[in-house]
Amino acid sequence: MADLAESRLAPSEPLKPPASSTGVIGWLRANLFSSVWNSILTLIALYFLAVTVPKAVDWLLVDATWQAANGRECMAAAGGACWAAIGEKWRFILFGRFPYEEHWRPLIVCVVFVALFLASCDRRLWGMPLLAIWAAGLALNALLMWGGVFGMTYVDTSLWNGLPLTLILAVIGMAGAFPLAIVLALGRRSHMPAVRAVCVAYIELIRGVPLVTLLFMATVMLPLFLPPGITIDKLLRAQVAIILFAAAYLAEVIRGGLQSIPRGQYEAADALGLGYWQKTRLIILPQALTVVIPALVNTFIGTFKDTALVIIIGLFDLLMLANAAMTDPNWRGFATEAYLFVAAIYWAFCWFMSKYSQWLEADLNKGRRR
Amino acid sequence: MRPRTVFAAAAVTAAFLAGPAFAGPTLDKVKGQGMIVCGVSTGLAGFSLADSQGKFTGLDVDYCRALAAAVLGDANKVKFAPLSAQQRFTALQSGEVDLLSRNTTWTLQRDTQLGLNFAPTMYYDGQGFMVPKKLGVKSAKELNGATVCVQPGTTTELNLADFFRANKMQFKPVVIEKLDEVESAFFSGRCDAYTTDASGLAATRVSKAPNPDDYVILPEIISKEPLAPAVRHGDDEWFDIVKWTVYALIEAEEKGVTSKNVDEMLKSDDPNVKRLLGVTPGMGKSLGLDEKWAYNAIKQVGNYGEIFDRNVGKNSPLKLERGLNDLWTRGGLQYAMPIR
Repeated sequence: MADLAESRLAPSEPLKPPASSTGVIGWLRANLFSSVWNSILTLIALYFLAVTVPKAVDWLLVDATWQAANGRECMAAAGGACWAAIGEKWRFILFGRFPYEEHWRPLIVCVVFVALFLASCDRRLWGMPLLAIWAAGLALNALLMWGGVFGMTYVDTSLWNGLPLTLILAVIGMAGAFPLAIVLALGRRSHMPAVRAVCVAYIELIRGVPLVTLLFMATVMLPLFLPPGITIDKLLRAQVAIILFAAAYLAEVIRGGLQSIPRGQYEAADALGLGYWQKTRLIILPQALTVVIPALVNTFIGTFKDTALVIIIGLFDLLMLANAAMTDPNWRGFATEAYLFVAAIYWAFCWFMSKYSQWLEADLNKGRRR
Repeated sequence: MRPRTVFAAAAVTAAFLAGPAFAGPTLDKVKGQGMIVCGVSTGLAGFSLADSQGKFTGLDVDYCRALAAAVLGDANKVKFAPLSAQQRFTALQSGEVDLLSRNTTWTLQRDTQLGLNFAPTMYYDGQGFMVPKKLGVKSAKELNGATVCVQPGTTTELNLADFFRANKMQFKPVVIEKLDEVESAFFSGRCDAYTTDASGLAATRVSKAPNPDDYVILPEIISKEPLAPAVRHGDDEWFDIVKWTVYALIEAEEKGVTSKNVDEMLKSDDPNVKRLLGVTPGMGKSLGLDEKWAYNAIKQVGNYGEIFDRNVGKNSPLKLERGLNDLWTRGGLQYAMPIR
């Protein structure tokens, strides 16, 4: 009774908006059917999804074959995907020709790389601690890959295949390219004509040729110029080509950042009596690099995927191994499954980089948000 | 030039050409590093292909292993360098690999301009056609007006055009880069015929055809593709070793020496077998190798027939016929020069 009395005394509740503009229906109206044109588009999209999604799910899961002794059995079974082929080949696609019994070594290497990425995401570690962590991580990885001590067999670089190879090429490529790119970007804006000319020439030359050309030069031309008997490791040659290539692109990105810094910042630094390097390190670069984070990450993602081009010089990276795995006469004809498997791995890494850059951008721009 | 100068120049040239009378630099290098660096294909079923455990297998690969057994006494002392088609010759010329055992066709230009020396042919291949049985075609000469699936960029495409032009026939090429896609296109009925090397056709038929019996490989072979190991010019001693190791494997099959019975064969009375296995010494020394060179290769890898059957023949998924690759005594082309 008391409730009733109270409710009579209380001011009447504000009227709720009509049911058609809130909740699921409201959302649908606002986002999918807000106009005739949008309604048509929505219906077309729905039709498209209705046609493709069930078939894709059937192929991926319902009709898929999970267990089979060889490719023929898979083909004879229902018409879905043959995940048995991936079950048979996944270790080969990930680690390639690395000694089979010691696959735990490249596995740890991949885990260490991921851990290093995660550690780099924590801004509290930025600076010397992070450098130390990276040095330790890379040393550990080198030890694991080469082996030759602590009962691990020595493994030649020609057997470094698959995911570890892709990660090594990409990570060392970016890490090596970044300092070089900063030097090139600063050099291109230098007041000294000779320095500027060299940097401009380098950047324009490298940007003017495709990565494939550089890789070809490194593997096909370079050995002919070297004195007989001297051969440089194939992996090293490809790695250097990737570093040189990525540096030219990164340099242009960083130059964009440098140009976005207002003149007043330079003048203020000069007024404080800072020298060139102090000014650059303390005032200019931190701001310039923050501005270009999206473009930097874009280049990083590009470099990560570009490493797949080493396929043309016979290095067994992730994609090459997927190709090689599906040449096995016992497991022919499952290229789609293998490519999906590899695509999922590439996507996971690229998505992570992209998400992190969005977060970092927001975090670093707190001071400028309005 | 005056006669004396000519003589002096000739003497100097001769001294360089003849070279010092010790084992070739490649053999020294191989012994020094304790392994042979062998250029192989990045992935070709039956010839060189990494299995699910990442181990290279195949005919080309087994030849490298036999050579390592002959030279170093251990078939595992090989480092395989997978090479793309474009890099293979540079890799050999620059000394990155000690030999090329990479599904390479022996041609005049490669032998001369590219500075290669080809060892005896390990596999006689040739380009052929596969058609669906329901087409009712019995000969490639009946393919006038056919749509033909072919991969671009190799001699395959050129041979195809040559064959049709020579026979005054028309064809429509369907050119697809990736092996998997070109095969799928053929089996889904986009083409009347599919052309590539006969070994490749057989591999495709057994491993990819929805029902292998629905497809036939036509009898015409329209090109010669002798696939042979190669070394670079300028090291004749090494060339001899590579050449005679092939012959030793073929000779072993001809004399019935296999990896299983090689130890019993050491007691054989056949002088040929005695010379081959080093019971009668002299052959190994002539090559600059251990007298057990052929014994090691046969014991650890097998004779030519065993290598063939294991990788591409009746014991492999490819199930290729011996055909041209049978011994000369059985109507094939494999003929070892006398080891004596």
